[in-house]
Amino acid sequence: MDIFLQQLINGLVLGSVYALVALGYTMVYGILELINFAHGEVTMMGAMVALTVIGALVGAHVDLPGILIVATGVLVAIPTCMLLGFTIERVAYRPLRHAPRLAPLITAIGVSILLQNIAMIVWGRQYVKFPAILPSGSHQIGGATISDLQIFILVLSLGIMAGLVLLVQKTKLGRAMRATAQSLQVASLMGVNVNTVIALTFIIGSALAAVAGVMVAAYYGLAHYYMGFLLGLKAFTAAVLGGIGNIAGAMLGGLLLGVIESLGAGYIGDLTGGFMGSNYQDVFAFLVLILVLVLRPSGLLGEHVGERA
Amino acid sequence: MRLVAPTRRNAWLSFVLLGLLLGCLPFLVDAGLGRSWVRILDFALLYMMLALGLNIVVGYAGLLDLGYIAFYAVGAYLYALLASPQFGLHLPFWVLLPLGACVAAVFGMLLGAPTLRLRGDYLAIVTLGFGEIIRIFMNNLDAPVNITNGPQGITLIDPIVIGGLSFGQTHEFAGIRFSSAHSYYYLFLAATLLVIFLSMRLQDSRIGRAWAAIREDETAAAAMGINTRNLKLLAFAMGASFGGVAGGLFAAFQGFISPESFNLLESIMILCMVVLGGMGNIAGVMLGAFLLTVLPEALRYVGDVQRWYFGRILVDPADLRMLLFGLALVGMMLFRPEGMIPSAQRRREFQHQDAPDEPPPLYDQQK
Repeated sequence: MDIFLQQLINGLVLGSVYALVALGYTMVYGILELINFAHGEVTMMGAMVALTVIGALVGAHVDLPGILIVATGVLVAIPTCMLLGFTIERVAYRPLRHAPRLAPLITAIGVSILLQNIAMIVWGRQYVKFPAILPSGSHQIGGATISDLQIFILVLSLGIMAGLVLLVQKTKLGRAMRATAQSLQVASLMGVNVNTVIALTFIIGSALAAVAGVMVAAYYGLAHYYMGFLLGLKAFTAAVLGGIGNIAGAMLGGLLLGVIESLGAGYIGDLTGGFMGSNYQDVFAFLVLILVLVLRPSGLLGEHVGERA
Repeated sequence: MRLVAPTRRNAWLSFVLLGLLLGCLPFLVDAGLGRSWVRILDFALLYMMLALGLNIVVGYAGLLDLGYIAFYAVGAYLYALLASPQFGLHLPFWVLLPLGACVAAVFGMLLGAPTLRLRGDYLAIVTLGFGEIIRIFMNNLDAPVNITNGPQGITLIDPIVIGGLSFGQTHEFAGIRFSSAHSYYYLFLAATLLVIFLSMRLQDSRIGRAWAAIREDETAAAAMGINTRNLKLLAFAMGASFGGVAGGLFAAFQGFISPESFNLLESIMILCMVVLGGMGNIAGVMLGAFLLTVLPEALRYVGDVQRWYFGRILVDPADLRMLLFGLALVGMMLFRPEGMIPSAQRRREFQHQDAPDEPPPLYDQQK
C-alpha cells in the first residue's frame, strides 16, 4: 500500500509536467491538425537556457534564496522559448499550411533534429547538472514521502493549467483560438486574424514548455540535449490519451499517463515475476499510445475524429 | 524501324557500361579515396535496400512508417543470435536470410494489423512507438535471462560463407585481391539489384496499382473492390521483409550489433532518403539513400579544413552532420517538397498547391 501511494504521488507530479507539455501539442493540433514534433525540443531548450542562467548566478555567488534564482532562470527561459516557438511556426510551418500533410511533418522532424544538435553543440553531450539550491524538505503522508519540490511542481502546474483554462474560456483571445480550431476559413471570414492567433498559440504553448522543462530538470536534477525527445513523445501520448485538440483532455491525459507509468514501473517486477524491471518504464507510454489509438482514437475526452488523422 | 534499332543498341550499350562501372567501382574507390570508402559504399548499398523497402510502404502504399528500423533490427538480431557464440549456434547463411525476411514480415504484419484504421500522422506516431518498444526490449533483454546481451550488443557474429568462401577474409582471384569490404560490395550489389527488380515489378503489378489507389483515396479504392486491409498488410510485410534481409546482411558485414544502431534517428534518416530522393520513384529513392550515406562521410573533411584554416577544430564535424541534416530537411520541404527526382504522379499532386481549399490528396485529406 505504501508503494502504491508513493508511486501515485510520483506519478501525479510527473504527470502534471507531462500535462504542461501536452497542452502545447494539443493546442497546436487543435488549430492546425499538425503534430509539432519540435515541441519536446522547445521544452529542452527552456531547461537548458534556465540552467545556464541559474548556473551563472550560482557561479557568481549572487546572494539570493534558491527559489528566486530558479525563478530568474525561468523568467529568462520563458521569453526565449516564446521567441523560439514563434520562429518555428513562422519559418517551418506557416509556408506549408496548405501543402500536403507530410511536408509539415517532415519540417517538424527537421526542426527538432536541428534544435537538438544546436543544443548539443552549445551545451555539449554531457548532462548539465541542476545546482542543489532548492530547499529539500519532505513530508510523510500515510507511509509515503512527498518532497517540497514535488508539492511545488504539482501546485505550480495545476495553477498554470487553471490559468490557461481561464484564458481559453473567458478572454477574447481564447474565443478566437476556439473559433480558429473550429474552422480556419470561417474564423478568418468572421474577422479573426488567423495568423496572429496561430502565432500566439505557439507562443503560449512554448512558454508552458519552458516552465515544464525547468520543472523536469529540477525534478531529476539534470538536463540533457536529448531529454526533449522522450518527454515530447510522452506528452504527445498524454495529449492523445486525453483526446487531442482538447485542453482538459491534455491535462487529464498527462496526469493519467504519469500515474500509469509510475505504477507500471513500480509493479512490473512483481507482475512478471522479476522478468522485467523498472527499466521498462518507457515502454508504458508507447503501449498506452498504441492501445488508445487502436481502441479509441478520439481519446478519453475528445470528440470523435475517428479515422481523420 | 531505323530509329528503333540504334536506340535499342544504345540501351544495351549503356547497360553494359553501367555494369562495368558498378563492377569496377570498389576498385576505383579504393584506389582514389581509400579502403574506408569501400565500406562506405557497402553501407550506401545497405541503405539503398532499406530505402527501397520503406519506399514500398511509404511511397507505394502511402503508409507513413517512422519505425521502419525495427525490421532492420529484427533481421540483424535474428542473424546475430543464430550465428554467433551468443547461443553457440552457427546456422548457415542460406537458412538465416530467408528466416530473417519471414520473421521481419511477421513483425511487419504485427505492426500493421492494429494500425489499419490509422493514417498519416497518427500512423507515423504509432509506428515510431513500435520501433522504440523493440529498441527498449533489445536494450533490456539481458536480465534475468540473457538473450540480447543488452546495451553491450552481440559480438563475433559469423561472416557470410557461401560455398566455403568466407566473406570475412581477403581472397585472391587471378592476381586481384578482394578484401572483405570488396566481397561484401558484390554481395550487397546483387541483393540491391534483386530488390530493385522486385520493386519495379511490384510497382507495375496489380498489387502496385492497388497500393497506388489506396494511397490516393482509400475509400474510393475500397469501393472499387480493392481489399484494402490485406493489401496494406502486404505492404507492411513486404517492406519489413526487405528490411529484415538488409538487417541480416548488416549484422554479418559488421560482425557486431548493438541497440545503438537501431534508434529512431535511423528510421527518420531512411524516411528522409525516401522523401528527399522522391517518394515512389526507385531512382530517386536510391539517389537519396546514396547522398545521405555519402555526404555525411564527406563532412569528415570539414574537420581537416577547420584545422587547416583556424588551426584547431571549432565545431566537431560529427555534430555538424545532423545539424545540416535538419536544415536540409526543412529546406527541402520548403523549396522542393516533391523530392529530387519526383515520380510523375507525385509531381502532379504537389503542383496542385494553388488551390488551398482543396489540398492534394496526399495521405489523408478526408474529413
